[in-house]
Amino acid sequence: MSTFFALLFCLAFALFALGLGYKIYDFARTPAPLKIPTTPAPVNTGGVVLRMAREVVLFESLFKSNLWIWGLGWLFHASLALVLLRHLRYFTEPVWSWVAFIQPFGMYAGITMLLGAAGLWGRRLFVERIRYISTPSDHLMLVLLMAIGLSGLSMTFVAHTDVISVKGFFLGLMAFNWQVLPSSVNLYAHLFMVSVLLVIFPVSKLLHAPGVFFSPSRNQADNPREKRHIAAWAKQLESESGK
Amino acid sequence: MSEITAPAYRIIPIIPALKPGAMESARSFVANDKIQETIGFPGQLVDNWHDRAIVKMGELLGKYRSLKVYMDACVHCGACSDKCHYFIGTQDPKNMPVARQDLMRSVYRRYFTLPGKLFPKLVGARDLTREVLDEWYTYFYQCSECRRCSVFCPYGIDTAEVTMAAREILDSVGYGQKYSNEIIGKVHKIGNNLGLPGPALLDTLQGLEEDVKEASGFDVRFPIDVKGAEVLLITPSADFFAEPHIDSLIGYAKVFHATGTSWTLSSKASEGGNFGLFIGNYEHMRKIALRIREAALELGVKRIVVGECGHAWRVAYSFWNTLTGVGEGADENDRFAMMLQKQLDHRYKQPVHICEFTWDMIEKGALSFDKEANDKHIITFHDSCNVARGSRMGEFAGGQFEIPRDIIKAVANNFVEMSLATTREQTFCCGGGGGLLTDDLLDLRVKGALPRMEVLQQVVDEHGVNFMATICAICKAQFTKIMPIYGFDRRMVGGVHQLVSNAIRLGAK
Repeated sequence: MSTFFALLFCLAFALFALGLGYKIYDFARTPAPLKIPTTPAPVNTGGVVLRMAREVVLFESLFKSNLWIWGLGWLFHASLALVLLRHLRYFTEPVWSWVAFIQPFGMYAGITMLLGAAGLWGRRLFVERIRYISTPSDHLMLVLLMAIGLSGLSMTFVAHTDVISVKGFFLGLMAFNWQVLPSSVNLYAHLFMVSVLLVIFPVSKLLHAPGVFFSPSRNQADNPREKRHIAAWAKQLESESGK
Repeated sequence: MSEITAPAYRIIPIIPALKPGAMESARSFVANDKIQETIGFPGQLVDNWHDRAIVKMGELLGKYRSLKVYMDACVHCGACSDKCHYFIGTQDPKNMPVARQDLMRSVYRRYFTLPGKLFPKLVGARDLTREVLDEWYTYFYQCSECRRCSVFCPYGIDTAEVTMAAREILDSVGYGQKYSNEIIGKVHKIGNNLGLPGPALLDTLQGLEEDVKEASGFDVRFPIDVKGAEVLLITPSADFFAEPHIDSLIGYAKVFHATGTSWTLSSKASEGGNFGLFIGNYEHMRKIALRIREAALELGVKRIVVGECGHAWRVAYSFWNTLTGVGEGADENDRFAMMLQKQLDHRYKQPVHICEFTWDMIEKGALSFDKEANDKHIITFHDSCNVARGSRMGEFAGGQFEIPRDIIKAVANNFVEMSLATTREQTFCCGGGGGLLTDDLLDLRVKGALPRMEVLQQVVDEHGVNFMATICAICKAQFTKIMPIYGFDRRMVGGVHQLVSNAIRLGAK
């Protein structure tokens, strides 16, 4: 079983890193030929950085749209961030002091993350408009995230896992030095689902994470009169027509 | 055709229940062979439309980052789902922005993503069948590209970009819209969207000079093709003959007159509108914009000023510099752009909106007004979508909201705001923008105006508003047509410069 998970994680992480790397490269290389920031927009780069920061940290646009989706979505994402940071302790030795500091918060964040996801799923199931636009994968994605959260929490609150060995396994994995993974159904389920999530990340709507940074309506400065903006393929047209 | 009636106002503006298929038969007329071929598209739906559409889609995904990111990034959160005026007015779920995008996203997933190729049902991917293509035509011509959804999307996904891409694909396989494509043909051939030939234009302008002389006693000129004028005015051709548009044209002329600015129109570029934007075609948009550069060079003007037109201002402000090098930083190898750069006066922004021009003159004290002349009006202001969410005026973000309001307050005493949830960047489209201002879509246009009409009714009831000012030719045409159906007087709608015209003092300078 340890070998299986070692190989699975290597494979999943490779697919995740390569797939995501390729998508980011693909977004970056595709030109944005026209200035299309949703206005009113910042008029300079500093303003764009602030706008993007508000968007990514506070979900500003979503806040304007709908307080329920904003509240649940923000709760889910902020909790997820804490949970992920908390997990750094399985990959670092010695554990950084701030990671040690957030451990208790991260534990409860696991619960609020579940609540957020459950709330979002509730909207998907019971709000007619959102049910209409949901595909099976939208439901499954939430189920997967909730199952990952539940299996993780179960190891904290129900049946403890030997986390020292888990850490040994991952530290070993990072040095290509296979270690034994403790045998625990909850742990197996948790790790398996996490690797599924890693694999589907670059081919699913999870691409909203890198996507937001490349969204021209949010990342462009509103300065078309001051600074000429032109894509390479559009420039081609100028030499062809001559006027 | 059964009689078109206005939908009932919502007592509390709750989100409407879904009525699937409610608008599936609202299809604007398809362009015929002649219209299509005139502007370089196949005359009829080509035999291998499926393959060509997919190839075109791949091409657009490689040329437009917006399309690529927007196809991938949507999480179906529903933030946009109740934000479209056409959804609110029609209750058709495919008029929810996310569902409209999904008409294309489902095809994108099927042909361009691994999960869509392997498990189409799971991820909502669909083959591009004839039914799907027809559905694209129907619903991508029920979007006015107003960008309201993009304000609320956590990733800024702009349905307008998706609609434009879909229309571009449809055009490329010979499935174009009569209204937009016919107009693009006219602007290329005759110089304006209405197909108004030079002599008729000259005639109209002479008539206007006489009318204004009679009404005001002043010799206000409406010059055309005058070489060496300082300002070239580019305005929507509706300003030359349609009501109430023409009253704003008179307003611009009076501002130029009162400030002693020499100005001219151009018979070659007698159109500010640029329908190339609506069909998402870069080449047409560029070609239409280049007429204006040619006219500016021929006439030797120092400044280019744009009249009251929403999408024209978006194209002028946001895209002209890209398309023609009109502002700063033209390409060194582009001879004509370099000539234009030398010719224009760069102490001013290029181009400038007529509201920026007028407000600048007001601030300098170059204009004075009899505000009482507008006392019969209790005025509100409808922000036009392309100005509000696709452009700017003045030096700071949001100037496009302040400057027109500042002008109104400078020329009139009674000004009232409509509900804040429906103005500024959250403004609702008039219901006729983006290539939908055609009578074959009248039912859609009436329904799409519902959210604006609701809040207009509010300020009419509470404050006695009797004039809704706006700075867009399409808004003006749409409102004069549909407001009587909601029980309003069509003369309630007019331009900001119509109010300027009423109050401006021509004698004092």
